[in-house]
Amino acid sequence: MSSKELDLKHVHDTEFPLPAEMQGNVAVTSLSRIYNWSRRSSMWPMLFGLACCAIEMIGTAASRFDLSRFGMEVMRATPRQSDLMIVSGTVTKKMIVPIVRLYNQMPEPKYILAMGACASGGGPFKEGYNVVSGIDKYLPVDVYVPGCPPTPQALLYGLIALQKKIDGQSLANLDDVPWYGVGPSEPAPIPILGPDIIDPRQMDLIRRQAELAARGEPTYVRELPPVVKKVKAVPSKVTKAAAAAPAEIAEDPRREEILKRRLAALARKRARDAAKAN
Amino acid sequence: MVDHAAEPVETLKTGTPEDAAAYLLEKFPGAVSADTRPGFQGVIVDPAKLVEVAQTIKDELGYDFLSSATAVDYLGYGDHLEMVYHAYRISGGTALNFKAQTDRENAKLPSLVGVWRGADFQEREAYDLYGIHFDGHPNLKRILLWEGFDGHPMRKDWKEAYYEDELKPFDSRWPDGGGVHRSEEKNVFGKNVRYPADFDLAKLTDISEESLYKMAGVDVEMHAMDDGVRTDTLVVNMGPHHPSTHGVFRMIISLNGESINTLEPVMGYLHRNHEKIGERNTYLMNMPYTDRLDYLSSMGNNLGYAIAVEQLMALGPRYSPPTYRAEVIRVLMAELTRIVNHLWSIGFLLNDLGAFFTPMLYANNEREKILDFFEAASGSRMMCNYMRFGGVFKDIPERIKSMATMVNDRVRDYDTMQFLSQMINERLPRFIDEYDRYLTENEILRERCIGVGVLPAEDAINLSAVGPLLRGSGVAYDVRRAEPYSIYPELDFDIVVGKNGDIFDRYAVRMQEMRESLRILRQILPRLEQTKGEPIVSGTQAYSPRVPPGESYGRVENPKGELGYYVVSYGDDKGTQNPWRYHVRAPSFINLTALGPMTRGMKIADVVTILGSIDIVLGETDR
Ligand code: SF4
Repeated sequence: MSSKELDLKHVHDTEFPLPAEMQGNVAVTSLSRIYNWSRRSSMWPMLFGLACCAIEMIGTAASRFDLSRFGMEVMRATPRQSDLMIVSGTVTKKMIVPIVRLYNQMPEPKYILAMGACASGGGPFKEGYNVVSGIDKYLPVDVYVPGCPPTPQALLYGLIALQKKIDGQSLANLDDVPWYGVGPSEPAPIPILGPDIIDPRQMDLIRRQAELAARGEPTYVRELPPVVKKVKAVPSKVTKAAAAAPAEIAEDPRREEILKRRLAALARKRARDAAKAN
Repeated sequence: MVDHAAEPVETLKTGTPEDAAAYLLEKFPGAVSADTRPGFQGVIVDPAKLVEVAQTIKDELGYDFLSSATAVDYLGYGDHLEMVYHAYRISGGTALNFKAQTDRENAKLPSLVGVWRGADFQEREAYDLYGIHFDGHPNLKRILLWEGFDGHPMRKDWKEAYYEDELKPFDSRWPDGGGVHRSEEKNVFGKNVRYPADFDLAKLTDISEESLYKMAGVDVEMHAMDDGVRTDTLVVNMGPHHPSTHGVFRMIISLNGESINTLEPVMGYLHRNHEKIGERNTYLMNMPYTDRLDYLSSMGNNLGYAIAVEQLMALGPRYSPPTYRAEVIRVLMAELTRIVNHLWSIGFLLNDLGAFFTPMLYANNEREKILDFFEAASGSRMMCNYMRFGGVFKDIPERIKSMATMVNDRVRDYDTMQFLSQMINERLPRFIDEYDRYLTENEILRERCIGVGVLPAEDAINLSAVGPLLRGSGVAYDVRRAEPYSIYPELDFDIVVGKNGDIFDRYAVRMQEMRESLRILRQILPRLEQTKGEPIVSGTQAYSPRVPPGESYGRVENPKGELGYYVVSYGDDKGTQNPWRYHVRAPSFINLTALGPMTRGMKIADVVTILGSIDIVLGETDR
């Protein structure tokens, strides 16, 4: 690529004034920026389709929508060469085992994009006995794309959102780039196919529940929020009166204090902005 | 067994299902009885005589094609499990429907694999989901779920982890919508899981993988090849994550050198419980779910389901059939869907042959044009949810419009009829000819397809193969002709058949079928013009109609083959709002029965092409 084609404004990242004649050829930048820029511009997704959403994913990569405009058309059939897993469809309990394995085989840095309602939260099949209600129950997700299926436009938007996310990662912050920490990263625990799918992270909870059940004690059940049935408003004198004079909102004793701090913060920010403008 | 040589066999083989039932009643007194429940057809057979009766049905009565075999759980209404079979004649006509009942505790029936090999996977499915043991089945293992799963989930008393209520709409959501919650908040584990009460984590062994390999009959003996070279058996696992298995499909292949000894398909990686969810849904709620079966041809799926439920509704007093315009639009959509599907499947067959993506990109261009029309008509490119009971959801729009939402996109605004006629009369025929010219004479395609993956006609029928797979073997069986529906009887088209039943013939059948579809569409266009402005739906459209009790088996010729819906309305004499049983006879699923026999003795390199030539889609295979 000649330097002319390379649009340097994406890479340039400094206040340092460059002489006008050098601006087309030289970029002064930070390591984070150049590193992120090269990564985000060559995301290689894994060639891996799960369900109906996969058809739209192929559609996105194909002739009309043309994923290669974003440097992402190099779909790799092996996890070893891919940066991005597009979870394109319903994740079933039978399939989550291979998916977690594949994820563990991907080299870091790696990202997951949950495509469609199913991958994000179970979608139309959430209640199904063989359906995992969202890939995020087992693996960390970076971008969720809603839709059933998301249109190719939506998927592209999601991919651009992922690029933005990468742009924001700083090499100086280990929370952003944990793969540069000391020691190897933890692989995601691989679920086990038992009488139902078993998440190894929940072993203790499962064991405790089984003990309770064996002793004949009631197992712990989460409290549901109460079912609030909307009752049709009956216009009575009491409700009318209540509507006319809303009950006094109980005064929070810390209110004054909080307000004062907020105003002070605002004033500081204004001063800073003004200084910058000058 | 056939000692009725004196019978006038020929008339037996052409009679109606009622004649056949009468014959069976006479021949097997005591073992066969008529099904007298209101709205039900066919006969109920004593399990002890099931195989014998089935053999008679096949040999003497000529019902050589077993379309569907599925189970129903009548919990609370006699407490039995019932196996329902639909057999057809390959020469056409309506179904002979026979059933066998067994009790729920010790569910056991004889297997019919010896009579129709096409029953193989369907019986395994019934075993997996209902727990019916089939005596004499060669390989009775779970097929959709994994070995070691707790219980048989399609039974009515089996509750899923996120169970909320028996039937939809749920009280918590309707009519006030006050109690909407997330199911994970209700579940202790925060996940869609549930463990049996006596579950002991310490004793758990994961047997799912091991049993798969055992099932594949993997042995490690040395074989002597024809030329005397001694080789090992090699086991190759393909999938569920493999670029050429068309989704999450898996095969365990044992190889002798490069040729295939056995091939065991493993599925269920996309089993998302259509049928269980379908039994909780109201009838109409199932319509968008059918889109997600064969997600490449959602319009065709819609049509099959609409027909099945309409057949049931016709049993009631206040039924009016779909209007003529609705039928015209339905056929328009169904045939466009066929073209969409065949474009896609030929494109991917070429992918499997190694022509990586270029042919597919060309085909996709045309497909996108049709999707534009679908989007304008239904609001969605792929998941159209377009048909309704008694008609369609909306008339086709005056103009096809879209905003430019992307770089490289153009504002589109066409007159719909002009767009259609240009597409059907010019663009698509030109493209198909061009595509044909590029591909059909291609040497690589011919070398790799001719004579590979041969399925003889008798085997195809016996294995319940359907669609281009069956027609490629030279059997002219097409539901549009065999048991016509909608307005197909008045349309002029040919059934395309192959000769040798190899990959090339299936490819050629698909190519030619697109031309036949265009021929149908050319007859549809003037009908569309003529019926402009007529109603697109008959009667009043109830959001949750009451469907009279009974059973129906509605089937259509989908691009992938015969798609059938077995719907039972039961439990209320006045009619029900939710189906008691909703079963999908998926062509992709049952066609896979033929994969093992077709690949035996072939080379490993041909497996993906043979699979590609069946044209499966996993949403439908696993449901
Ligand atoms: S989100 Fe919709 S389109 Fe995507 S996999 Fe799920 S059901 Fe299919």
